[in-house]
Amino acid sequence: MHPVIKLVAQRLALGLLLLFAASVLIFIGTQILPGDVAQSILGQSATPQSLANLRAELGLDVPAPVRYFNWLAGIMHGDLGKALTNGQDIATAMGKRLGNTLFLASCAAVIAVPAAILLGLIAVRYQGRWPDRVISTITLATVSVPEFLLGYIAVYFLSVQLRWFPSLATVYDGMTFGEKLYAVSMPVLVLVLVVLGHMMRMTRAAILNVMQSAYVETAELKGLRKFTIIARHAFPNAIAPVVNVVMINLAYLVVGVVVVEVVFVYPGMGQYLVDHVSKRDVPVVQACGLVFAAVYIGLNLVADVVSILANPRLRHPK
Amino acid sequence: MSSSLLEVRDLKIEATAYPPGEAPRDITIVEGVSFKVEKGKVLGLIGESGAGKSTIGLSSMAYGRGGVRITGGEVFVNGNDILKAGPAGLRALRGHEVTYVAQSAAAAFNPAKKLMEQVIETTLHHGLMTRAEAEERAVSLFARLGLPKPESIGNRYPHQVSGGQLQRVMTAMALCPKPDLVVFDEPTTALDVTTQIEVLAAIKEAIADTGVAALYITHDLAVVAQVADHILVLQGGQMIEYGTIDHIINSPSEPYTQALVSVRSINHHEKSGGAPVLSVRDVTARYRGTKFDVLKNITLDLPEAQTLAIVGESGSGKSTLARVITGLLPPSSGEITFDGRVLPADFEARTRDDLREVQMIYQMADVAMNPRQTVGTIIGRPLEFYFGLRGDAKKQRVQELLDEIEMGEGYIHRYPAELSGGQKQRVCIARALAAKPKVIICDEVTSALDPLVADGILKLLLDLQKRENVAYLFITHDLATVRAIADSIAVMYQGRVVRYGGKTEVLSPPFDDYTDLLLSSVPEMELGWLERTIANRKMAAAGN
Repeated sequence: MHPVIKLVAQRLALGLLLLFAASVLIFIGTQILPGDVAQSILGQSATPQSLANLRAELGLDVPAPVRYFNWLAGIMHGDLGKALTNGQDIATAMGKRLGNTLFLASCAAVIAVPAAILLGLIAVRYQGRWPDRVISTITLATVSVPEFLLGYIAVYFLSVQLRWFPSLATVYDGMTFGEKLYAVSMPVLVLVLVVLGHMMRMTRAAILNVMQSAYVETAELKGLRKFTIIARHAFPNAIAPVVNVVMINLAYLVVGVVVVEVVFVYPGMGQYLVDHVSKRDVPVVQACGLVFAAVYIGLNLVADVVSILANPRLRHPK
Repeated sequence: MSSSLLEVRDLKIEATAYPPGEAPRDITIVEGVSFKVEKGKVLGLIGESGAGKSTIGLSSMAYGRGGVRITGGEVFVNGNDILKAGPAGLRALRGHEVTYVAQSAAAAFNPAKKLMEQVIETTLHHGLMTRAEAEERAVSLFARLGLPKPESIGNRYPHQVSGGQLQRVMTAMALCPKPDLVVFDEPTTALDVTTQIEVLAAIKEAIADTGVAALYITHDLAVVAQVADHILVLQGGQMIEYGTIDHIINSPSEPYTQALVSVRSINHHEKSGGAPVLSVRDVTARYRGTKFDVLKNITLDLPEAQTLAIVGESGSGKSTLARVITGLLPPSSGEITFDGRVLPADFEARTRDDLREVQMIYQMADVAMNPRQTVGTIIGRPLEFYFGLRGDAKKQRVQELLDEIEMGEGYIHRYPAELSGGQKQRVCIARALAAKPKVIICDEVTSALDPLVADGILKLLLDLQKRENVAYLFITHDLATVRAIADSIAVMYQGRVVRYGGKTEVLSPPFDDYTDLLLSSVPEMELGWLERTIANRKMAAAGN
């Protein structure tokens, strides 16, 4: 068997194992959270009897390991359970939210990833000169400013002063694609600014590292243009670190955008999770955690596999 | 204007130095260098490290490596002063009129691209041929350079071919755009001696066939004697002597050139007999997790106060043998005895005194020392560790050791970065001696040094052997070093000892096939050696 297939298969198996371990951690984590759902649902009207009844109804009186395996079995069948607070099917409710989050993340990624790589290439091409300095300074600034502040600054200028974009990113069914794009333009802008800097700086560093290699000197002594050297000889050898940082940022776009969603009141996964954490709705929190873990592990798995495929020594063994 | 293909006039090259703890300052690397290369001729640039050979070679492409700047003089290629050419002019020159072959082809090829893609890149980039024509030319060059499967080797990636093959592919890459001049920068230095002779012959033939002119940069006079028409001897960035190859090799006028030609002034008389202090008994070893024996049934004796040289090419297992003896790699069978008793296989099971008796000196003195410790600390450490010396007693002993390696008191507070390559290796020797060992394993200790410096180190090692009665296990691929220093020799090939005995015996015929190949591949400093050797081999092959 080709060693790459073996390596990739190993990574996939490892990813599944990791996801399983994550599910255990999520379950344990939600069990040791303080507070009690029954108590918070019933609130002031709780009596010992009504609490016990509600707990039995919600299945909270069964031992934890049994509940874990019931939960896991449900997930295997695509059943994420029902929300404790309103009895809705979690898979359905979350599906819509996840769709919104993925839409926002994809919009940001489609802009940020190519822009980051291109700016990284340009910064290397003009290393130490003004284009590099301008790019590096601005991206350092956007990385350093907290994202919510970036959001409010953007709202102040672009929505309040210039009135170009809506400050609330409200999306609902029945909007056309164009209307949706316009609605999310502000959070997309903020997310692009947040992830662009990190990816661009890592791209720049990874390529600069490769630029020290003897084969880059060879290319220079071939009389190639600087940009050709960077794009053709340096970049292919910097793919592995670049892909890794890109994937971490994509994962952030899905998993870590809760603050930006709150700022722009966007109906995504982050808001959904935060709402239900405050209501002690454990099944929803567990389901969200598991989806986030899957996204994170999945994207990092992609990064690993791309790194393996980008290595000619592994792709073409002796 | 100039009618020569390459004419360099009064070249001056500078760089900025950043000495530790001081302000940066400009230093002159090359000054007052002038020479010409005519069409189809080969000029050898020769000198030790720091002589500025590579820097001068690259100036023919108007290229300064690192922060190096060409600050004076003129460089004409085909009559144009390339130092006045702009970026576009330089791009047209590089890879078209002048091409470059680097020392380490393994590093000079892009690991992510197929060889063919890289070989024909300049030819296509400069619009000299169509892709099909360029590929055809590349294949014919591969064939001419004696590469296996010339039609398909271009589809391989750099890591899929051997170092010697890669160096030939790089030569093909340089010749593909039909340049007027090729700069060869130590193209065979990183190769094993039996590979070097093949690559050298291939390069020489390719130069003759294509009529290209060349600058051949090397520190090895015996190598350049085989390929050059003229030689320029450099020292410290200055021209020492310029002349025809015959003049330089057979009747050099400058003392420095004479020293280079007659390096190896050591006359060591072979000792024999004597009780073995260290013995290797039927050792077989492999690395963990592998199924391949790197060492197979090795049996050797190292007599007291003598030198046993282990000779072999890369991959022959000589350094692994050192790891087995020091206990870093326990053997899968066999044993190591010291002074008649068996040493534990794993160094962790050995007593501190066992460890003290066998010390090591390495090829790369720089990386074998902590750069943040002074010479005094480095040499003092084993004194503390093995003998518990402190304070004045330690300081006095460090001073004695420094005297032994012919370095004065002034060095005690210096850091490794403030020492020359030869001095660093001397400090490593002093550190090994500090333990008062009976055996020192020297792993390629002179390979990274210039010949004259290496000569000094070997003399020092022989002196110390007389005074301290220490035995050396001397691992090297360099047969000239072996001749200079050994009492007995073991020739290793693919994990086995193929020849073992006293020096004279091992180096005298009749030879086994491998030793014969190894010995006959070492370049000799005489004109026509390469042709003779190749012709002899062809005759021998035809005879079989």
